Amino acid sequence: MLRIALVLLGLISSGLAFAGYVLAWLFIVREGEQEPIGKRATGDRRGIMVGVALIPALIVALVLAAVLGAGWLGSGAWALFVAGAGLVLVYRNAAEDERAAMRRVAEPLWRLSSNRQRSWFVFTRRIVLGAALMLIGLAFLVSGHRVNLARAFLGLVLIIAGLVIVFGPWWLSVGHELVDERQARARAEERADLAARVHDSVLQTLALIQRRADQPQQVIQLARAQERELRAMLFSDPGADAARDESFAAALRRIQQEVEASHGVPIEVVVVGDVPLDGRFAERLSALLAAGREASVNAAKWSGAPVISLFGEAEPERASLFVRDRGGGFDLAAVAADRKGLSESIRGRMSRCGGTAEIRTAPGEGTEVRLSVRLEADRHATTDRRAGTAP
Amino acid sequence: MSAHRVVLVDDHELFRAGVRAELGERCEILGEAGDVAEAIELICASEPDVVLLDVHLPSGSGEEVIAAVRERAPGVRFLALSVSDAPEDVIGVIRSGARGYVTKTIAADELADALGRIAEGDAVFSPRLAGFVLDAFAGGFGGGAALTHGDRELDQLTAREREVLRLIARGYTYKELARELTISVKTVETHVSSVLRKLQLSNRHQLTRWATERRLS
Repeated sequence: MLRIALVLLGLISSGLAFAGYVLAWLFIVREGEQEPIGKRATGDRRGIMVGVALIPALIVALVLAAVLGAGWLGSGAWALFVAGAGLVLVYRNAAEDERAAMRRVAEPLWRLSSNRQRSWFVFTRRIVLGAALMLIGLAFLVSGHRVNLARAFLGLVLIIAGLVIVFGPWWLSVGHELVDERQARARAEERADLAARVHDSVLQTLALIQRRADQPQQVIQLARAQERELRAMLFSDPGADAARDESFAAALRRIQQEVEASHGVPIEVVVVGDVPLDGRFAERLSALLAAGREASVNAAKWSGAPVISLFGEAEPERASLFVRDRGGGFDLAAVAADRKGLSESIRGRMSRCGGTAEIRTAPGEGTEVRLSVRLEADRHATTDRRAGTAP
Repeated sequence: MSAHRVVLVDDHELFRAGVRAELGERCEILGEAGDVAEAIELICASEPDVVLLDVHLPSGSGEEVIAAVRERAPGVRFLALSVSDAPEDVIGVIRSGARGYVTKTIAADELADALGRIAEGDAVFSPRLAGFVLDAFAGGFGGGAALTHGDRELDQLTAREREVLRLIARGYTYKELARELTISVKTVETHVSSVLRKLQLSNRHQLTRWATERRLS
């Protein structure tokens, strides 16, 4: 609105308002050039091109005015020039429906500008034009016999316009280069960071592995730990970061990490779905996870299996854990009575929170511990003991 | 039964040597390739039963190999192999036509088993892949709403298919799985193949979005 008002004002009075407007316009253009965002810069380049396209007409008018001694023609040309440039800027910032209305007017100017891009002819013309503008501006400034503010101001504006025409594209390219350089530096820093991390982790581990080649258990452990770390870095695996332990899936990966580290048996973890641990069923979920950890530790310690499978699934109404190994298995009836880990840490824990624990095993058959808790409010049962034992 | 004819495609020579040593007696290894162009030539020239294909190759991806070979030798089947469990890798290579996916930590026996299964036209899912698929189909690909692109049948897993996938994710082999569900191994294979087909035909855009979200979460 302000711009439109200025343009209108300019058309009517052809006075200082234009100069002010042109100054403002130039200022905006320069801001654009300093902008690191390439898009805005290209937008402004277009604006400059249109301005350039208008200037020859202005000069012709000015020269005519000088030759004919008709002052009115000169000031009229100024008004047209500034109004045209203003229109272009208004157009560039206008909403789509307003643009449609203005498009007819702007059409020839756009064509003019796009025809002129990237040619030596234009380049030389630009230099000549800019120089001419500056000279005219200088002439305005020096030739005034008496103090004339408007004249001096016009001269200044002309010089600035000339400068912009000559150096504008160069400023633009400098701006682009600055952006490119900043991006390149960011990339280089990223690379250096990656190299540092690879050195700290992978190379160190490889060195350790070479030195402990005769201790297969340790080598496996090292390799697994390194694998987890790398995965966390490359794929931002959510569970691998020990600091974030607020979800079911993250907690399972934590169990994997800790049991692998302390018992040296790889655990293959698969998680489907996820649920936050601090929600309504915090106690049930932590009981489930604790029982699952116990089952994993048992499998790692006693089964003799080379790998353990840990599968967790969080559904809307229930969370389940399955710990499975293909190891020795055992006779459930014979050991259940005296093995506290099984009766207390797994079965007791699950039944206290209203969950279920089922153990499938037989000598030579491997073992599977199936754990499950409900994630639904059960009104008739009194299993929600959160108030009693929550830390 | 004669040994299955296998081509190994992996850019790590050490890994190829390891696999060759492990499988040497159980499969007939026709050749090895270390990059995309080499692999395409070798596969088209030798027409193996199965290609053991690394998902990541220098100068390209496993998907490119599958796409190029499918035109010239449509009978060749692929078992994808990767160190990464990144969902987009897994989903991408399965969608491009691999009939199975396993991680490089797989034991030799299981790998031989998987190759045999692929050679006979069945599908092989690692526990991880089974988990991904369950997640993708259950969560409506991360977008809340289930897949909707017309064919509802295709967008849903049957209860039985979900059961099968769950057991695979729990670490069951096909044989153990069949015993657990008191069905035949052949039926297990049918279920897995049907899941594979649904995965390959389901809405690509939603699947990709799901994989990306899964990775970012």
